[in-house]
Amino acid sequence: MAETVLRQAPQVAGGGGGDHLTDGGFGDDGRGGGPPPGTVRRTYRTGMALALIGISMLFIAFTSAYFVRAGLSDDWVPIGLPPLLWWNAGLLLASSVTIELTRRALNQGLRSRCNTWLGLTALLGTGFLAGQFAAWRQLAERGIFLATNPSSSFFYLLTGTHAIHLFGGLVALFYIVWEAWRYRLGPAKRTLVEVTAIYWHFMDGLWIYILLLLWYGR
Amino acid sequence: MSHAAGAHAVHHAPQGFIRKYIFSMDHKVIGIQYWFLALTAVFVGMTLSLFMRLRLAWPTASIPFFGEGPMTPEAYLSLVTMHGTIMVFFVLTTAPQGGFGNYALPIQIGAADMAFPFLNMMSFWVTLLGFFVIIAAFFVTGGAPIGGWTGYPPLSAVGEAAGPGQGLGMTLWIISIAIFAVGSLLGSLNFITTTLDLRAKGMSLMRMPLTCWAWFITAILMLLSFAVLLAAGILLLLDRELGTSFFIPAGLVFSEQVLDHRGGSPLLWQHLFWFFGHPEVYIAIVPGMGVTSQILSTFSRKPVFGYHAMVYAIAAIGALGFLVWGHHMFISGMSPYSAMVFSVLTLSIGVPSAIKTFNWLGTMWGGQIRFQTPMLYSIGFVSLFVSGGLSGPFLGQASLDLYLHDTYFVVAHFHLVMGVAAIFGMFAGTAYWFPKMFGRMMSEGLGKLHFWITFVGVYAIFFPMHYLGIAGHPRRYAETSGVDYLASLQPLHEFITIAAIITISAQILFVINFFWSLRAGKKASENPWEATTLEWTVPSPPPHDNFGGKVPVVYRGAYEYSVPGVAQDYIMQTTPDNEVVKAKSK
Repeated sequence: MAETVLRQAPQVAGGGGGDHLTDGGFGDDGRGGGPPPGTVRRTYRTGMALALIGISMLFIAFTSAYFVRAGLSDDWVPIGLPPLLWWNAGLLLASSVTIELTRRALNQGLRSRCNTWLGLTALLGTGFLAGQFAAWRQLAERGIFLATNPSSSFFYLLTGTHAIHLFGGLVALFYIVWEAWRYRLGPAKRTLVEVTAIYWHFMDGLWIYILLLLWYGR
Repeated sequence: MSHAAGAHAVHHAPQGFIRKYIFSMDHKVIGIQYWFLALTAVFVGMTLSLFMRLRLAWPTASIPFFGEGPMTPEAYLSLVTMHGTIMVFFVLTTAPQGGFGNYALPIQIGAADMAFPFLNMMSFWVTLLGFFVIIAAFFVTGGAPIGGWTGYPPLSAVGEAAGPGQGLGMTLWIISIAIFAVGSLLGSLNFITTTLDLRAKGMSLMRMPLTCWAWFITAILMLLSFAVLLAAGILLLLDRELGTSFFIPAGLVFSEQVLDHRGGSPLLWQHLFWFFGHPEVYIAIVPGMGVTSQILSTFSRKPVFGYHAMVYAIAAIGALGFLVWGHHMFISGMSPYSAMVFSVLTLSIGVPSAIKTFNWLGTMWGGQIRFQTPMLYSIGFVSLFVSGGLSGPFLGQASLDLYLHDTYFVVAHFHLVMGVAAIFGMFAGTAYWFPKMFGRMMSEGLGKLHFWITFVGVYAIFFPMHYLGIAGHPRRYAETSGVDYLASLQPLHEFITIAAIITISAQILFVINFFWSLRAGKKASENPWEATTLEWTVPSPPPHDNFGGKVPVVYRGAYEYSVPGVAQDYIMQTTPDNEVVKAKSK
């Protein structure tokens, strides 16, 4: 891992970022050791995996509540899902592809290609959130609000919680865009881009899951 | 995750007071911050319990701060609620894991800090914010919530109609718990990553001290359970504030008005809550088990009896903890078949618990025991864990629980096993690591005095409650003076209250000992207890990066005491085989 960084280090001026997330292990330079190179990278991947487990538990809890509430009651009226949601899903799936291309371009040190894919990912992500917002407006115009029916409560709960989490991913994405804008996105920022990509893929998969839950669990 | 990105840059010791002691990213400072938060919270919680005890012993008397005449039942219920909430979250979850875990885990595994120091700092400040929010509930219109620490709907979901404190106070309660859940999730993520990825060379999982295993398993429990509590809290908040009906059934009448909600299930809350709530019990007690194992071995000068069995037992307790939430709901009208399953699973937790107890006794058996204060508290832990744990199998059977569930028997059970046992774990941890934390020894004399009064005191308080429960005394009631069959139990209530007053007063000894020792205690050496783990290889207190620029290498397990043929009766984990000094042959 470390050798990849060395090979491609000078690609971008100031690409090391200088201040943090260097891949040099844990501890100060010249302190004569610390855990082996790659430790930071590993901790971020582990940390992200654990965060995803935590988020999964949140949605598992919502899912079990969904089935219990739907199964127990006689007041459940399914809402018609706005077709826009499927288009949004398309946007998100596409953004998963572009963030993967961003990650690969960065690893290969291809700056301009990396920037293109990165910009596109941020755009698609923003488009998804805007699309979700439009879908909520559509439902609201049909008179379907949070408290209208348990099915609509769960619709807003699941899509809203997902949107909040996705927004977190978007903040990270825009931070990366900002770093790229300032010519500070080099291979040394791989870890940041990588964990963001993992998170983004997860948000993508989570959305497909929610969509299927809302569709089949009507 | 970008917010945590800057974390690794900060490894030079910060210079200013604020960065060093207030907004610190040093795990040791954060650990001490958690510890002080818990100390503050425990005194708040204890004071609340004192007011409750006064009300129970002398129902007609005026109580300070509660106006003229007897305390109202609503005020009593708000005390019950706040005492439980503050103790469970801000004491039992805060000190054992956030406090000692933060302080000792990185040093014990040979790391310079937690994996994400910035996130670690955030965990603490988020938790502290949660504490401020719960305390704020005392001072809002209607006062503190009265729904119990379990916050059962519909009482918790319908707002002010359910009573004073169920308005803004209850809202603050939910927000506080949600904030706490977020802080705990951040913390647990950090603990697990640190344990998995930052162990020093040679520190294999099976060489870790049992304390590290306990914090590791606890962190996993927190990660899996607090997310579910957060989900439940969000649903409850939506029911209260935005008119949804997740938990509120149809046709509820409050103040002669039919509520607008319909179709919700209060039992859904109970399932979600207890799916968190039971693992939470282990979150409170498991770190104490780790500390106890560590101390019993060190002060008996013997290896932990059955190290592997201890590790598997903690893991088994943690895993089973997720399968038994239903035993809190036997009286909810669940199917007897479900109750049977939950019952069998619950009783099976007795097996790993008994393994642990047996191994603790085995560790002490035949050892050259040093009865210093950390050891006394740890033996106290084992005693209380057994006394409190033994009533578990009674409550774990649906047929017995139907009778005992809403009585003082349950109060006796959980106070002994998760309350004071865990507190004794904290006392033990404090006495054990105090020299490392502050470079001075705590007073042995004051410590022993405090131990004996507290040990006898908690038994005097909680043991008679078993009898109260079997006699049919209901819990959570402010007053039972109008009930004939309970009249004869009143002297027992008075006895318990007097015992509580004495025991609570004795806690001042602990605080005096703490602060006096901080200033005037005997200077501590690097390794005053002659223990083997890594924190005892560094100065007391340790430098900012723990090992002063050196990288520790580990050669052996954590419990090599009284190894035959070796000169010293302990071998440090960092001592290689060729440096072990052999005993002179006779």
